[in-house]
Amino acid sequence: MIDFSPAEKSVAIEQITRPSLSYWQDAWQRLKKNTRAIISLYIIVFIAFFTLFGPFLWQVDPALQDLNQVSQAPALPKQALLSAAYIQWQRIVIQDFPAEPDSYRDQVYAPKSLRLINMATTQGVRLSWNPVVGAGGYNIYRNERYPEGFNDLGLPLGSTYAGNEIGYEDRLGLEPLTYYYSVVPTDGFDEYEVYSVLTVTPQLTITVDEAKARNLVSDTARPGDVISLEFHPLGTDYLGRDMLARLMEGARVSLFIGIFAPLFFVLFGIAYGGFAGYFGGRLDAVLMRFADFVVALPFLLFMILFKIAFGVGPGESGIIPMLIALVLLSWPATARLVRGQVLQIREQGYIEAARLLGGRDHYLIFRHIIPNTMGVILVTLTFAVPAAIFTEAFLSFIGMGVVPPTPSWGSMCNEGVKTMLSHPHELIFPALLISITVLAFNLLGDGFTEALDSRLRSRE
Amino acid sequence: MLIYTLKRLVAGVITVWFIATATFIAMHQVPGDPLMNDKAVSDVIRQNLEQRYGLDKPVSQQYLIFLSNMLPPDPDFGISFTQQNRRVNDIIKDHFPVSAILGLLAITFATLGGILFGALTAIYRNRLPDFIIMFLVILGISVPSFVFAALGQLLLVNVNALIGYSFIPVAGWGTLMHMLMPSLVLGLGTMALLTRLMRSSMLEVVNEDYIKTARAKGLSPIRIFLKHQLRNAILPVITILGPQIAAITTGGFVVEFVFAIPGLGRYFIQAVQQLDYTVIMGTTVFYGAFLVLMVITVDVLYGFIDPRVRLK
Repeated sequence: MIDFSPAEKSVAIEQITRPSLSYWQDAWQRLKKNTRAIISLYIIVFIAFFTLFGPFLWQVDPALQDLNQVSQAPALPKQALLSAAYIQWQRIVIQDFPAEPDSYRDQVYAPKSLRLINMATTQGVRLSWNPVVGAGGYNIYRNERYPEGFNDLGLPLGSTYAGNEIGYEDRLGLEPLTYYYSVVPTDGFDEYEVYSVLTVTPQLTITVDEAKARNLVSDTARPGDVISLEFHPLGTDYLGRDMLARLMEGARVSLFIGIFAPLFFVLFGIAYGGFAGYFGGRLDAVLMRFADFVVALPFLLFMILFKIAFGVGPGESGIIPMLIALVLLSWPATARLVRGQVLQIREQGYIEAARLLGGRDHYLIFRHIIPNTMGVILVTLTFAVPAAIFTEAFLSFIGMGVVPPTPSWGSMCNEGVKTMLSHPHELIFPALLISITVLAFNLLGDGFTEALDSRLRSRE
Repeated sequence: MLIYTLKRLVAGVITVWFIATATFIAMHQVPGDPLMNDKAVSDVIRQNLEQRYGLDKPVSQQYLIFLSNMLPPDPDFGISFTQQNRRVNDIIKDHFPVSAILGLLAITFATLGGILFGALTAIYRNRLPDFIIMFLVILGISVPSFVFAALGQLLLVNVNALIGYSFIPVAGWGTLMHMLMPSLVLGLGTMALLTRLMRSSMLEVVNEDYIKTARAKGLSPIRIFLKHQLRNAILPVITILGPQIAAITTGGFVVEFVFAIPGLGRYFIQAVQQLDYTVIMGTTVFYGAFLVLMVITVDVLYGFIDPRVRLK
């Protein structure tokens, strides 16, 4: 009686029915099922495209100031009137009217028929009024709302010092807003408490020469033409620099730190941790104790300390010192992780088998140990990117990061916070970009963790 | 337990020594001269100043003096370079309590909020409250704290404008009202992290045998939740508090910066901008020692709370 008989040898038994999947193929398949991770991946690709190719598609100098459109919110291009070059305005003085009042008066009339001379443009607003009997001069004020009383006339622009000088030209930072000009007669020194108000809305204007210098018009353009000013799709900052161009330039800084710092410290951590873990013993103990010390350094303080220790020369942006400081302080976490992995893998049967088959140290390390730690390393790397972007943003925000005028998302936030109430777009855009980038990398990291976790693999 | 504590303390002292040495080396790499400023100083004055700050001695001797001055029980970090006749000890004494209160409040907010929200998400697992809270958690992890700080200020400005008087001040320091918004902002990141941790911890505990036993005994669900599930789930959350204290202290820099709080972080930044050598070194070593002590304290306390740790 034979209970057992050898199975018939055939090809079918030996054949693997389902296609064999490598670890990475399997992980990729599981990652593809994770919608959040895939969306994050698309976002990261988009941001990489924005950073690398954006400046070629949007060729605006991020340092160029557009003083006609300072702190401009995102809007369609604005129209402006071309004007001839500025000509000095002659003072209006009436010869047959007394410059000095003949006697002191308690009360005078408010200036009558306060009017505009020429068209009001942002190049200049020219005012004139009828002379006031008894006045020895006039003070001119400008307000951005209708004056509620004598104490609410707004910005004192200037004065004339003769009762017969009845004109004033305002060229002080004019914008295409509505202004309320007030003229107050004086006795040459003190004001009378009367005033006249004129509402003026200057037309946005630039000179032909300036428009040509800024490449806004062709050579045939003449004064009086209406042209479009530079287009700023995301508005401008407080110095009139294009936000979109600056965000792209800032992305280069933020992502440079965000990608390369983790790359370098992870590589160093792999070398350090792998070395310590593989050789073990006393060397391992000493190396890891040193890593423990570096972990204990207060991170942000030492980032700042190292950065000033490396020094930033004139004309430098301070990115490289920040990168070095970040690498110097961040490697121990990876080293510790890799060491733990290596210690685990070193005891595995396949390492022993490879060694018995005559594998040398470097063969074992590069063929077996490092590839098997790659999953954990990839996850570390993905989570290290947002952390590095955060650190750069923090440092630049408190003014310890990149040196102006180099933009980074963090330093742009710093500038934006100051004008947060009146021009929120200067804070919103860089803050949004930081948040979205960090969010995408975090979600992708979560996806990698789930996809590469071999414990989950067996459940399917 | 005593031996464990002692071991940790000895390692801590060595760590602080390492921090001090690293600070000393880093500060000696800084380009420039601490006594150089716009004023032309005669050679005699310069010599006197160098003598006062001990800069006329060789570097090795300066290092030894630096270390010996810091020894307990009476550590002395020297005199500020830029603030006339102000000792670094006084700066720390005056401004560290402010940072400490801010950090303590932030930790309190973060821990209470994290445990509460984490427990909520675990109860409402895969239902609407869970999704909402986890979405907020992701936001909390991804949005930098300075953005929260700015938004917080914006909110206060609008609330105060609505009420008509400054109910919660937008910036500054002094009363409890001043402290509310900064500490909330500072704690948000940690709160998000703790919520996440608490959620996974709660979901792990739910499957433990002792929960099944308790249920089999017929205990009320509330009692099981409070006495068995919550208490056991909190334990792993506490371990992360040590490193999080460090994160909150340094995160305080930004919050102190935005809310104009006279804490030590703001003084450190100011000292760096003015290259105030003694203040920078003193503050760094002080912070380093403080953080080391905090991590040890949390670890030792954890040993008391969780008997399993003591066996290791």
